[in-house]
Amino acid sequence: MSAIADPVGAAVAATTARYRRDPNYILQMLREIQEACEWIPPEAIDGLQDTLHLPRTKIEGVAGFYAFLYMRPRGRYRVLFSDNITDRMLGNMELLRHMCEQLWIERGKTSEDGLVSVDTTSCTGMCDQGPALLVNNYAIPRLDRQRVDEICELIRNKVALADWPREYFRVEDQVRREDLLLGSGLAPGEALSAACARGAQKLLDEIKASKLRGRGGAGFSTGMKWEACRNAEDGARYVVCNADEGEPGTFKDRVLLASHADLVFEGMTLCALAIGARKGMLYLRGEYRYLLDHLHAALERRRRANLLGADILGQEGFDFDIEIHLGAGAYICGEESALIESLEGKRGTPRNRPPFPVTHGYLDRPTVVNNVETLAASCLIAVHGGAWYAGVGTSASAGTKILSVSGDCARPGLYEYPFGVSVREVLAACGAGDTQAVQVSGPSGVCLAAAEFDRRIAFEDLPTAGAFMVFDHSRDMFEVARNFVHFFAHESCGFCTPCRVGTSLLRNLMDKLNNGHGSPYDFAEIEKLNRILQAMSHCGLGHSACNPVLDTIAKFRPAYERRMQHKEFRPAFDLDWALEPARQMTGRDDAAAHFSSGGAEET
Amino acid sequence: MSASFTVDGKSVAFAEGQTIIQAALAAGVYIPHLCYYPEFKPHGSCKLCTVEVGGRQIASCTTLAQAGMMVESDTPALNDERRALTQMLFVEGNHFCPSCERSGDCKLQATAYDLGMMTAHFDHFFPSRPVDASHPDVLLDFNRCILCSLCVRASRDIDGKNAFALSGRGIKTHLIVNAKSGRLADTDVTLQDKAVQVCPVGVFLRKDKGFNVPIGRRVFDLKPVSAYVDATAALAKEQQ
Repeated sequence: MSAIADPVGAAVAATTARYRRDPNYILQMLREIQEACEWIPPEAIDGLQDTLHLPRTKIEGVAGFYAFLYMRPRGRYRVLFSDNITDRMLGNMELLRHMCEQLWIERGKTSEDGLVSVDTTSCTGMCDQGPALLVNNYAIPRLDRQRVDEICELIRNKVALADWPREYFRVEDQVRREDLLLGSGLAPGEALSAACARGAQKLLDEIKASKLRGRGGAGFSTGMKWEACRNAEDGARYVVCNADEGEPGTFKDRVLLASHADLVFEGMTLCALAIGARKGMLYLRGEYRYLLDHLHAALERRRRANLLGADILGQEGFDFDIEIHLGAGAYICGEESALIESLEGKRGTPRNRPPFPVTHGYLDRPTVVNNVETLAASCLIAVHGGAWYAGVGTSASAGTKILSVSGDCARPGLYEYPFGVSVREVLAACGAGDTQAVQVSGPSGVCLAAAEFDRRIAFEDLPTAGAFMVFDHSRDMFEVARNFVHFFAHESCGFCTPCRVGTSLLRNLMDKLNNGHGSPYDFAEIEKLNRILQAMSHCGLGHSACNPVLDTIAKFRPAYERRMQHKEFRPAFDLDWALEPARQMTGRDDAAAHFSSGGAEET
Repeated sequence: MSASFTVDGKSVAFAEGQTIIQAALAAGVYIPHLCYYPEFKPHGSCKLCTVEVGGRQIASCTTLAQAGMMVESDTPALNDERRALTQMLFVEGNHFCPSCERSGDCKLQATAYDLGMMTAHFDHFFPSRPVDASHPDVLLDFNRCILCSLCVRASRDIDGKNAFALSGRGIKTHLIVNAKSGRLADTDVTLQDKAVQVCPVGVFLRKDKGFNVPIGRRVFDLKPVSAYVDATAALAKEQQ
């Protein structure tokens, strides 16, 4: 059979050759096959099985884990509306309904002609320019009704994605406040030259002296992490840049990668120098697919400038290069050990720890995993020294932090501040008025009420990965929490019992309250689930899944009281909703198709 | 002299490299568990074996034993949480004990009884999980799967077949078999496989033999799971 007659076989042959038939790259191969074939047909899995000598179970196990990989056809155009609370506040659901009506399809189902499917996905990191969607994994921000109509027209006319107007895909940086990092003005190679002049040990000393801490939110000392990896057993070491920016409401890494890619890659190279690594990997979330070519071009420029490759900057034996791995829709891969599993072409399940990645990471070798912003910040330290950096911010939180501001404010976008800035200052800067609440660090972070706006962004007060979502008094904080709970249930990896089942139980409880069946019993249930999830979950996702609910119950109780229509326990089951599938099947919605409760329901 | 730690005040000797549950079970001290199986590397997913050490809750199957460690296991608070986990497993799948061939030989059922579980408590999910009756000797009833991945590990590490794996994610995680058709008949699985024998619930059923031991005389009918020094061995013996 010729290659043209067998496009699936050709796609498999091309991608397996590109990755030298290395089974560790199975996720990248599956992703590329889907880009070529629009889904992952069984014949592609046959091909991978034969070429890579992998069991089918392994390939299907991986493909089934990632939300953006499809083992059933999902249409030539696969539309996913970003469904963060900020997208909801900007009307994403009306636009989704409108698109479904225009295209005559049901949400979540593929059209009968196999042309298109429309569904939702977790936050795509366009919160400051939403509502947003992904079409075949490419982001389109700033949607309105007219743009949706235009997109429907393009889909109906089967216009290839490459021929869609370029301005649809334009993503703005929206940097509103620059400080040390966003305004660094460093030229490519500047930090690396300074580091090479100092030497690896001196570089490490400066990083330690800078008191730089991880910007992913956990705040582990970067210097200690690098040193532990440097001191780990001899042999191969790896640098991993965590660009799986999945925490809803966070989009700073998107801008760093779009406009400061050299800083990020240079930070990785500094780390390589400090720990003695020869290979680095940047794990880019699938939602940022549109950045891939741009990042590859940046890497190529750096190779040509001898900032990557062999004998970097003429230093004999300083060999280092970087490859980019693209994720495929899995929030959990932002957890460092799940990220490493994903890099190894596995399901993104967090590992049992200890051992930690600094000694047993990628391929069980010593590995540093750092956030995009952390690595970029290390360039500043290489140039200006640790003491200079430690002088900025607070005593426990050195340097600056980039905040991703979205929600109810006049000027959403990026704000870089020295650590210690108060929530109130940020609110004033972004033009937020009548603010009811701020969600700091996304759903797994903390929800603040007005009385707490003098608290400060710093590891010792409000640690954050950067999300800063603003809600004014028109917003229903119950709906905010319900959106977050749905997010956790969707993103739970399913490995451990408490999180796999508990997050779905919590989602159902919140839906029950929303449907008017709530009673004090359900509050007790939420608290019970929280206890189990906190105590028994395998990783941070389960530990923090109840936070949004507990915070909003404590601080915005009236939003819940409104939904507590019963004093005594009521079952979640509702006969009228149970009839919904029958109504859908028969296409009816008249009065006779509903169970009329009359006065009999309430006692 | 080997090193030792305590579980609920009882001294347990351990060898270097043993996890808490490995040492405890070897010493005849019961800690509830479902995804742990003595012959396999600990997995740490069911979380039934969670214990408290120094005020922190940890999975005892994946935590290395250390000399002098004071482990709390059989406490009302921990057993409350474990009971909730068994309830979660019951509502996640479709478990109808009275009509299940494995009733009395089921670790989930026995563990739930032992923890005093009287009702499922949570709302049932009632997932749709069609059975696979394609294989001549083995029936697969996915309704009872608790995703412990013991069959996955047995097939991979002992049988060398990779006949099973987990696919999907979150609450949609499910067991798959190694065949393009998705049917067990199209795999190389046989009754002799370890994978067919390690299921703690009733997913794998022999077709030619049913109710070999009558209800009432089965492993956990005779005594509760916590009273066995090695329930796994007792089950294996009965399955012969």
